[in-house]
Amino acid sequence: MPIDAKTAAHVARLARIRVEEERLPALAEEFSAILGFIEQLNEVDVEGVEPMVSVSPMRLKRRPDVVTDGSMPEKILANAPDAREGFFAVPKVVE
Amino acid sequence: MLDLTFDAPKPRVISGATGDWEMVIGMEVHAQVASKAKLFSGASTEFGAEPNSNVSFVDAAMPGMLPVINEFCVEQAVRTGLGLKAKINLKSAFDRKNYFYPDLPQGYQISQLYEPIVGEGEVIVWMGEGVARRVRIERIHIEQDAGKSIHDMDPHMSFVDLNRTGVALMEIVSRPDIRGPEEAAAYVTKLRQILRYLGTCDGNMQNGNLRADVNVSVCRPGDYERYRESGDFSHLGTRCEIKNMNSMRFIQQAIEFEARRQIAILEDGGEVVQETRLFDPDRGETRSMRSKEEAHDYRYFPDPDLLPLEIEQEWVDAIRDSLPELPDEKKARFIAEFGLSDYDASVLTADVESAAYFEDVARGRDGKLAANWVINELFGRLKKDGHDITRSPVSPGQLGGIIDLIRKGDISGKIAKELFEIVYTEGGDPARIVEERGMKQVTDAGAIEAAVDEVIAANPAQVEKARDNPKLAGWFVGQVMKATGGKANPKAVNEIVRKKLDL
Repeated sequence: MPIDAKTAAHVARLARIRVEEERLPALAEEFSAILGFIEQLNEVDVEGVEPMVSVSPMRLKRRPDVVTDGSMPEKILANAPDAREGFFAVPKVVE
Repeated sequence: MLDLTFDAPKPRVISGATGDWEMVIGMEVHAQVASKAKLFSGASTEFGAEPNSNVSFVDAAMPGMLPVINEFCVEQAVRTGLGLKAKINLKSAFDRKNYFYPDLPQGYQISQLYEPIVGEGEVIVWMGEGVARRVRIERIHIEQDAGKSIHDMDPHMSFVDLNRTGVALMEIVSRPDIRGPEEAAAYVTKLRQILRYLGTCDGNMQNGNLRADVNVSVCRPGDYERYRESGDFSHLGTRCEIKNMNSMRFIQQAIEFEARRQIAILEDGGEVVQETRLFDPDRGETRSMRSKEEAHDYRYFPDPDLLPLEIEQEWVDAIRDSLPELPDEKKARFIAEFGLSDYDASVLTADVESAAYFEDVARGRDGKLAANWVINELFGRLKKDGHDITRSPVSPGQLGGIIDLIRKGDISGKIAKELFEIVYTEGGDPARIVEERGMKQVTDAGAIEAAVDEVIAANPAQVEKARDNPKLAGWFVGQVMKATGGKANPKAVNEIVRKKLDL
């Protein structure tokens, strides 16, 4: 499936990655090459084969409903560019 | 087996300039799981904590942190599914829903798009005696809640609190089977009631623990039936989704407004655009959330941090065996066992606590009398004080005691109400209060006769009138009751008055 520059721009915007206009065609070409490579997998007949989700036969690990974490707002906020009154402060998000 | 025969309610019809229109409504209800810790971290879910204090590094999406699922949350989703008579999927899986927002540090929400834990079920929504809507449930999946953004604390900044981030939600998705604003509110009410019976969600809408997204479209009469017959959605109109409502009143207002908005567009020859809208309660209208449009491409994919969730049939069976009696069954039993009316049974089974209280009072007593006292006196009095049943100062034993005194003929209905007020405000054993304060009804015929004789002797003019107008007997009864401080048995007084006046 070839990716055009418009789709590349859309994907970049969704990922919040800035791509200059002149770089879009090259990026689109790279996307197309990667997808083309992966599409080769479609040639394999996997009819009736359970998808393998893990290399070892493991069961999803569970934990009990017990509070074991939290109560460290200063650590949570330590990397925030801006924090006020215990909140993360970010540029106004308008709805 | 529960008898569930009922008629479907009429859909809500709006007459437009070009003919009649009907509404079609589907709902996505987000119910917060009543767990102590979050879905994938050990941070607390407690409401109202200091900002960012119920946050672990997993919730804050620090690099290298991995999610570990809270088994209790899984159990509550299964329990909810069983309560809605739904199919439980022994294998389900988690997917990432990708979008950017300041209150979503991961940049994705862990949800279950492709393989939800619960499949098809149903909710019976009663709209009156013998009238109900069967709303089909499409699925229930488990997902993470996002954090909270506060926009009004600073003119230039939004403030973000991650305490809610990662709290477990059950998203309960209905089919488009709801046909009017009242039905929509009744559906949420019924769902909330079932969740509270099951104990899987506290149903607190004010705190946002239960909120609804509502999908609304309009169609012409007959179109909906064509959709149900064929399963073909093209018979229905284009829908708009109104996001995140946490009040029954707003849900109804939003649906009403939205349906009329769509009808106006269609009658003007326009087209409804499928979009996400927000209800503004101050203006009573919905408006487009343009910011959501671009972000609609969520690029779901299976979460590589989480293996599929596999559960065992034995575990599901054990949960099924632990289910409580649910509202519809309890209501049917109250009607059959205690001879209650449909209405009284509905009121008493609205929540588990009221139902349990009533059963305690009614056990071994007249069910109807018990229902009257619980609903009219106790609920009325609690409402006046703004209390709910769990804070009733009158215990079921005390209320039962009052009812026993009425049944034995020890007190009249009027005195019983006074007694109730005393027990409500001062406490104490009803029988003892009656004894100590001399509230016992006078049934002794001699004493009543004496009182009647006195009233007759004191009012010769009234006696004359009463011979022409027998209705005046009531006046004498009233006088005697007054003279005895309300303690005389009114029935006995009435008989004696009539006999003495030769009526």
